[in-house]
Amino acid sequence: MHVKRRALTTALIAYAFLAPALVLMGLFTFYPVIYGAFLGFTDYTIADLAAKEPPRWVGFANFAQVLGDPLFQTGVWNSLKYLLVVPVLQVAALAVAVLVNQKLPLMGLFRTSYYVPVVTSIALAAVMWDWIFQKDGFLNWSLRLLHLINWEGRFSWLLNEHTALWAIMLVTFWRGFGYYMVLYLAGLQSIPAELEEAAVLDGAGAWQRFWRITVPLMKPTLLLCSLLSTIAAIRVLEEIIVFTGGSGGPLNSTYTALLYVYNKSWGNMLDANFGVAGAAGLLIALVGFALSYLNFYLTREERGGRA
Amino acid sequence: MRQEVAGLSKAAGAGRLRRPRWRRLVARVLNYALLLAIFAFAVFPFLWTLAIAITDKTVVGGTSIYAFPQSLFPKALTLGNFLEVVEKLNLGKYFLNSVVITGLTVLGTLLVSALAAYPLARMSFPGRNLIFGAVVSTLVLPTEIAFIVNVLTLRDLGLLGTYLGVVLPTVATAFGIFLMRQAYLAIPSTLMEAARIDGATEAQILWRVMVPLSLPSLTALGIFTLVGTWNAYFWPSVALLTNDDLLPMSVAILKLKGQFNYDSFNVAAGAMIMMIPVLVVFLLAQRFFMRGTEGAVKG
Repeated sequence: MHVKRRALTTALIAYAFLAPALVLMGLFTFYPVIYGAFLGFTDYTIADLAAKEPPRWVGFANFAQVLGDPLFQTGVWNSLKYLLVVPVLQVAALAVAVLVNQKLPLMGLFRTSYYVPVVTSIALAAVMWDWIFQKDGFLNWSLRLLHLINWEGRFSWLLNEHTALWAIMLVTFWRGFGYYMVLYLAGLQSIPAELEEAAVLDGAGAWQRFWRITVPLMKPTLLLCSLLSTIAAIRVLEEIIVFTGGSGGPLNSTYTALLYVYNKSWGNMLDANFGVAGAAGLLIALVGFALSYLNFYLTREERGGRA
Repeated sequence: MRQEVAGLSKAAGAGRLRRPRWRRLVARVLNYALLLAIFAFAVFPFLWTLAIAITDKTVVGGTSIYAFPQSLFPKALTLGNFLEVVEKLNLGKYFLNSVVITGLTVLGTLLVSALAAYPLARMSFPGRNLIFGAVVSTLVLPTEIAFIVNVLTLRDLGLLGTYLGVVLPTVATAFGIFLMRQAYLAIPSTLMEAARIDGATEAQILWRVMVPLSLPSLTALGIFTLVGTWNAYFWPSVALLTNDDLLPMSVAILKLKGQFNYDSFNVAAGAMIMMIPVLVVFLLAQRFFMRGTEGAVKG
């Protein structure tokens, strides 16, 4: 009896300590995901909310509507395009990590400076890069110095439907490479130095050593980073909001899948439909899971094949 | 050994150890050229924004940020833009909002994580594995739909458009709880047993033993949370949809820039005011960041 009571007291204390976390997570993480998923199967607009009408069950109607909406299709296509940033970002980050892993003077300074974009708010990145991408901005000016563009035909990189998404991807790259560089540095420092030395003795050049030793040995880190980066890319939203004010312009060329969810809910409150937004959000989550799985599967296959 | 190596590399035709001096020099120069090019890419936006922020726009001929190369190397310097953005555009108010939101979030995150991690790390009670599993599961939940409902919830609680409304939904994170749990797990159990024998309660053990011994982890968590919250854009912009007066600087600065006929020099000064605190924190605490610990927190 005494033991039982002590166990009960311990449990009570444990739950008292856990209570703030459980209440907050329950209210702001679990409940919204479950209720949001439920809303995906209902009709629930901002007008219903104002009139205190409850959501009306409509089954899969929202999913059909979302999938048939050209705007959502454009969004999915652009989000998939955004994934192109992943391989470039990962290979570049790994290469930069190899570069700063050398024992040379001033290396600490370079590493630190490469990380500064990571701790920069996306809002500030938008302020600064917008000036760079302007018609008369720094990018066009420096391209002119290098005789790479026809000055008369210059345009703002963010206002041209063929370049806007790429320009925003460049900023994602800028804010990301230092972050992944640090993760790769940790991995690089675990590669035994003898391997490198042996390869040098065998006459392997830096290029060969990078592709034949560094990349295969870094597979686990590469997998983790590619996964993180893929999930981030398919969920791209903030970048689009800060660079286009949430419009996804010009001509919807930067309209991403998650922007659709945002604009169907709080981004454009006047005709918000939480049911449609919830359904679109669920579809994106599904694609995100599928991509993560694919990424995992492919990388593992390749690893198995080489080993 | 040395001879053997030399022989081998001669046979191979090209070895680093036998590379002539001039080639080593070329390699080193190329390395630094590359390092400097990446350096320029990483920090150019800051340097240019700083140059704009300290440009004296009242000087004749120096009033466009697009007049290169003068725009990069301002001739007349001033701190007037900083005063102007505070006086005319009320940046001080937004700065204070950022301080309050960030301060509350850091405190809340530390408190919630330090408390919740203790039973998960060092107490046995029914439901522990279930709760731990639930915390882990938040990492894979489709959180992209959570913000839709969170606004509705805050509205029902009367917290929409308040500081608490921005802060509360962000303080209980799997990352914070994991980090503190790891720290507690590393503390030798003999210390806890000794405290128990001395009659300490669980709360006393947590407060007097666990917390003081896990200060490095608490510091790391506090710094990551500070930088993340100071920089956050999306959630505060949604949670403060109905109240412009409480906007943090990250949201306010884009609003200022979005205004018709905005003054680039003032916006640049505002950007610097927002960047400097975070830069100082980062430079002072960079070892926490360069360790890659916050791998789990960012996507």
